[in-house]
Amino acid sequence: MGGERLSTALREALASAFVAFLLALPLVGFRLSETQQGIGIVTRFDWVAWGVACVFAGRLLMAYWRGSRADILGHLPAMPALPAVSGKAFVAIFLIFAVAMPFLPFSDRYLVEIAITVLIYVMLGWGLNIVVGLAGLLDLGYVAFYAVGAYTYALLAVNFELSFWLCLPLAGLLAALFGILLGFPVLRLRGDYLAIVTLGFGEMIRVVLLNWKDFSGGPNGITSIPRPSFFGLDFAREAEEGQTTFSAFFGLEYSPMHRIVFLYYLILVLALVTNFFTLRMRRLPVGRAWEALREDEIACRALGINPTNVKLSAFALGAMFGGFAGAFFATRQGFISPESFSFIESAVILAIVVLGGMGSQIGVVIAAAFLILVPEMLRDFSQYRMVMFGAAMVLIMLWRPQGLVAHRKPSARLEAGA
Amino acid sequence: MEYFLQQLINGLTLGAIYGLIAIGYTMVYGIIGMINFAHGEVYMIGAFISVIVFTLMGPFGFASPVLAIVLVLIAALIFTSVYGWTIERIAYRPLRGSFRLAPLISAIGMSIFLQNYVHMLQGAKMKPVQPVVRGGFKLAEDNGFVVQITYLQIGIIVATVVLMAAFTMLIQRTALGRSQRACEQDRKMAALLGVNIDRTISLTFVMGAALAAVAGVIFTLYYGAVDFFIGFLAGLKAFTAAVLGGIGSLPGAMLGGVLIGLIEAFWSAHFPIAYKDVAVFGILVVVLIFRPTGLLGRPDIEKV
Repeated sequence: MGGERLSTALREALASAFVAFLLALPLVGFRLSETQQGIGIVTRFDWVAWGVACVFAGRLLMAYWRGSRADILGHLPAMPALPAVSGKAFVAIFLIFAVAMPFLPFSDRYLVEIAITVLIYVMLGWGLNIVVGLAGLLDLGYVAFYAVGAYTYALLAVNFELSFWLCLPLAGLLAALFGILLGFPVLRLRGDYLAIVTLGFGEMIRVVLLNWKDFSGGPNGITSIPRPSFFGLDFAREAEEGQTTFSAFFGLEYSPMHRIVFLYYLILVLALVTNFFTLRMRRLPVGRAWEALREDEIACRALGINPTNVKLSAFALGAMFGGFAGAFFATRQGFISPESFSFIESAVILAIVVLGGMGSQIGVVIAAAFLILVPEMLRDFSQYRMVMFGAAMVLIMLWRPQGLVAHRKPSARLEAGA
Repeated sequence: MEYFLQQLINGLTLGAIYGLIAIGYTMVYGIIGMINFAHGEVYMIGAFISVIVFTLMGPFGFASPVLAIVLVLIAALIFTSVYGWTIERIAYRPLRGSFRLAPLISAIGMSIFLQNYVHMLQGAKMKPVQPVVRGGFKLAEDNGFVVQITYLQIGIIVATVVLMAAFTMLIQRTALGRSQRACEQDRKMAALLGVNIDRTISLTFVMGAALAAVAGVIFTLYYGAVDFFIGFLAGLKAFTAAVLGGIGSLPGAMLGGVLIGLIEAFWSAHFPIAYKDVAVFGILVVVLIFRPTGLLGRPDIEKV
C-alpha cells in the first residue's frame, strides 16, 4: 500500500514541478535589465531550479501525508473556534481593550498610529458591510465615497476655514448624495453589472480628482489640512492669538501624543457609531428589507417592497459612513492626494467585509486588523510585501470561503412550526 | 474627414486589443459566473513574455519579421496559457461551490499577487523593444495631414478577425465548444450527461489566457514598451467592454471592445485626453441604463 501511495505522490509532485517549471521559466529565468545599449537579459536559472525543487518537495510531502487527495487546501486545520465566551462578554472585552488601548504600558506612538489606521478600515468595513453584507449589493468603488468625504473636508477647511465638526456631517451628507446620484440610475442592474459600474465610478472620481487641478490640486493633492480641535482647544505647542491650547487648558505638559490619542478616540467613537447605527438599523423595517432583498429579490417584490428604494437607502447610508471616514482620514493625515483613493483601497475594504464573513460586525474587526497588520509587520520585506498580501488574500479565501466569522443568518426569521 | 479616418483606424486597432481580452472575461463569466479579476494580469504576463522572447531573439536579428512574430506568439501562447490554467486550478477551483463573492476576492488577491510578482521579478521600469514591423500605406493626404494605416495595424485587425472567426467555429462546431455551451447552461445537467466539467472549465481559462497572450503580443508590437502595471487598466477597460457588449456573449465582447477603442480614439482627438476613461465609463452607465444586460446580452429571466 505504501509503495502505491508513494508512486502516486511522486507522479503528482512531478506534474506540479513541471507546471512550476513552465511558470517560472520565462519570468523568473530571464530578467530584462537595462544596459548601455538598451535592454539586455540576465538569466537566473538557479532561481528556477530552486523554485521547481521547492514545489516538488512541498507537493511530495503534502501528497504523501494526505494520501492522494489532490485538494491541497481542503485539509488545512479548521479555524479554532472563537473563545467560548458568550457574544456579549466577548464584545465587552473587545470594547474595554479598545478604550484602554492608548494607556496600556506597551502602547507607544507607533502602535496607536497603527490602531488608528486599523480603526479607519474597521469603520469603512462596517460602512461597506451595510451595502455588501446586509443589502447584498456588490460595490467595487466604495473608495469613491471615502474620497468624496476626504476632499469635502479638505476643501471646505482649507478654502473656507470651516471647522472639522461642521464639515464632518457635510462630508457624510455629500458622500450620501453621491451615493444616491450614482445609485439611482444603476441600482436596477443585477449584481455583477452593478459591480463594474461602481468600479468605473470609483475610477471616474479618481481621474477627475487627478486632472481637475484648479479644484483638487491634481496629483499634488491638498496640503496643510487643519487638524481637529478639542472643543475649540488646539493641539499645538504654542497657542495662536486669543486661543488656548489643549495642554495649557488642562495644565498638562505639551506632548504630540495628546493629538494622536485624541484622534484615536475620535475614530473609535465614529466607528462605534457606525456599528451601533447598523445594529439598530437591522431591527428597523428597512434593515430587515435589506436582508430580505439579499436573500431573495423576487420574493421581496412580491411582498410589495420597492427594491430600488431599499437598495438606494443602503447605498446612501454606506456612502455616508464612507464620507465620515474620509473626513477623518483627511484631518488625520493633514494631506490627501488621489493616490490614496485607488482601486486597491476598494479591494482591501471589500476583502475586509468578505473575509470578515459578510454581515458579521465582529468579523470585520478581525479581518481589518489582520489585513492592516500583516502588511505592517512585513514592512521590513517591503519588496515582497504586496506579493505576500495578494497570496494571503487568496489563501484565506481558500481556507475560509465563508469568512472568518461566518454569519449570514437573517436577523429575523420565523421558527419552524411557529 | 481625413482626421476622422485616421482616428477610426487607430480606434479599431485599440478596440481589437480590448476585444481579445474581453473575450477571456466573457467566456469565464459565461461558464462559471465569476469576474476573473486576474485576467488583466494574465494579459500583462503575455506582454512581458513577448518582450522577453523578442529580447532573447535580438542577437539573431529579425531576418524575417513574420517568423520572429510567429515564434514570439507561440512562446507567449504556451507560457501564458500555463498561467491561466494554474490560476484557475489554485485560486478558483477549490471555491467553485462557495458563495458568489469568495472567488471574486480570491481573484482580486490573485491579481494583486501577479502584479507584484512581476514587479518583484522584473523591476518597475518600462521595458522597451525594437520596432519589428515598420512602414505602412498612405491612404489619403490633405494639406499635409497624412492618413496612414501601418502594416502592423493591418496585421492586428486581420489577426483579430481571423481569431474571432476561428473562435466562433470552435464554440459552435467542435465537441469542446458544445461542452462549454452545455456547462454554461446547466453545469449539473452537463455533468450528468458525461461532460467533464473540470476539464471544460480549465480549457476555458486556457483559451482565455491564450487570447490574452495574443493581445499582449499585439500590445508589445504596437506600443513598443511594457511595464507591470499595464494589466490593471487594460483589464478594467476590457471588462467594461465585455459588460458593454453583454457579458457572456462572444460577439458582444468584440463589439464592446471595438466601441471602447473607438470612443477612446475619438475622445482623445477632440476632448482633453485625461478624461477619456471618464468618457468610457460614462457611456457604459448610459448604455446600461437603457439596456441593463448590455448591447447583445440576453435578458435573463430570474426564476423563483
